[in-house]
Amino acid sequence: MKTNFRTYYLYLLLFFLAGVIIIPLYVSVMGGFKHTGELRTNSLGLPIDWKFENYTSLLINSDFWLFLWNSTVYAVGTTFFVVLFASMTAFVFAHVKFAANKFLYNYFLLGLMFPFATAILPLFLRVRDFGLLGTSWAVIIPQIAFGLGFSIILFRGFFRQMPKEIFEAAVCDGCSYTQFYFRFTLPLSTPILATVSVITLTGSWNNYLLPLIMINDESLYSWPMGIMVFRGEYFTDWGKILAYVSLTLVPAVVFFFTLQKYIVAGLTGGAVKE
Amino acid sequence: MRSAKFDALLSRYYTIIIFLIPALTIFTLFVVLPIGEAAYYSFFRWNGYGAPEKFVGLKNYEFLFKNRVFIMSLKNNFYIIAISLFVQLPFALLIALMISDKLRGAAFFRTVFFLPFILAEIVTALIWAYIYDGNYGLVAAIWGFFGAEAPFVLGDKDWALVAILIVIFWKFFGIHMMIYIAGLQAISKEVLEAAKVDGAGPITTAFRIKIPMLIPTIKLSVFLSLLGSLQLFDIIMPLTGGGPSNVTHSMVSYLYYFGVMRMKVGFGSAVGVVIFLICLFIAIGYQRTLMRDDNENKF
Repeated sequence: MKTNFRTYYLYLLLFFLAGVIIIPLYVSVMGGFKHTGELRTNSLGLPIDWKFENYTSLLINSDFWLFLWNSTVYAVGTTFFVVLFASMTAFVFAHVKFAANKFLYNYFLLGLMFPFATAILPLFLRVRDFGLLGTSWAVIIPQIAFGLGFSIILFRGFFRQMPKEIFEAAVCDGCSYTQFYFRFTLPLSTPILATVSVITLTGSWNNYLLPLIMINDESLYSWPMGIMVFRGEYFTDWGKILAYVSLTLVPAVVFFFTLQKYIVAGLTGGAVKE
Repeated sequence: MRSAKFDALLSRYYTIIIFLIPALTIFTLFVVLPIGEAAYYSFFRWNGYGAPEKFVGLKNYEFLFKNRVFIMSLKNNFYIIAISLFVQLPFALLIALMISDKLRGAAFFRTVFFLPFILAEIVTALIWAYIYDGNYGLVAAIWGFFGAEAPFVLGDKDWALVAILIVIFWKFFGIHMMIYIAGLQAISKEVLEAAKVDGAGPITTAFRIKIPMLIPTIKLSVFLSLLGSLQLFDIIMPLTGGGPSNVTHSMVSYLYYFGVMRMKVGFGSAVGVVIFLICLFIAIGYQRTLMRDDNENKF
């Protein structure tokens, strides 16, 4: 009897909390379907008079798609190079014995403690002096640089757990390190490749500060920059803004539900097990 | 004549060089050097064009620590850290303990509580900017229900920071809960069974077994929370942009407004260096006290 009572309060708390999480998301998606007047009077309920225009006008807005495309380029470009470079580096740290191994590994680890904000201004100057401003590389290269540290830790941890026998057998058969990396390590590492890719993709996709610093040219804006410009234009026209918010919210939620396993593994498992 | 051993050795060095160079170059050029340059530039007054020539010594730092807005941003960052460490993390731990047991619907609650974490911070903040809007949002609706005129919390000097703290709590408690759940799942079933046989109730088990065994995990989440709090930026921009009258800046938003926007490279770098030193201070303390036992396991 007592346990039932306790469970009852437990569920009450959990459902209350779930409401606190879900209601803001729900009112945002619904808000996009409401007229300004209705947003004032009916913020919680379903729209009485469904207005699709906020959504449709965005879906035919070429800037909206351009910003999504730019963010895709940044995310895919960053992820490709982070996965390639970090796995190569971690491979050496995990399998090749040499004097500076631990020193170099710690060098990358140290980078994890460097706050991105500290580097912003010198980073901007470097990108400018390399002539990268006005190109996608202005965003991609710094993102690669700051993504390497954590990815190397995750890859190294995984590679070290792979059975040594495969490696020894392959080397005996005259397989070089490079061949081994491409033929065995990468194909056997799909879970960690997925984890690192997903973390890097989401990190880049949601990044606001870096593109804000690096990008001046509106044709290269990322979607978080686009949404802030949109906010500036339609300051309290919440129907329009909420429609924009919802259109970016829905793919994120779908992405999360499909790849939840890898996201959680990367954020918790990888870190905790280390 | 080349022996097989020589070939293997050659292959090893070749691999080390080819495999390490891309990461090392990019990392050094775009992470390590800029940090060092920030320290150097912080002694100059410089707009980023030509070479830095106007050496001003510690003037930038002097100005910084006399500046009311910066001191305020420093305080705000410490409030954020305090709330994260002493309210958010214990709450996340409590929820993790509640739903890691064989509770019906645990997977549902876990997913829902984790959901805000995957949203972009900009999006999260825009949603809440709407919710807080005294004319349209949920706050307005709730106040309206009681027949009261809704306040504009984000425009109120006394409440704007509280409003931001609520958003931070809403967005980030789920990730810490998830980290704790992962840690709890690693605790061996036998230990918990043994405790049960010895007659330990859920609360005793939590305090005597689960939480002590979770210490490495808690350290990790404390560390992540500290570093995250110090670098907060995205959430502030759509909510208040540092306003009203500059009372809700974080150190990074201060750096953005007063360093980057005005292209004051020296001054902005000084702000960056202060952030870096605080992070370093925390990291060293963390290595010294909190991570010692972990390190022994690691190497």
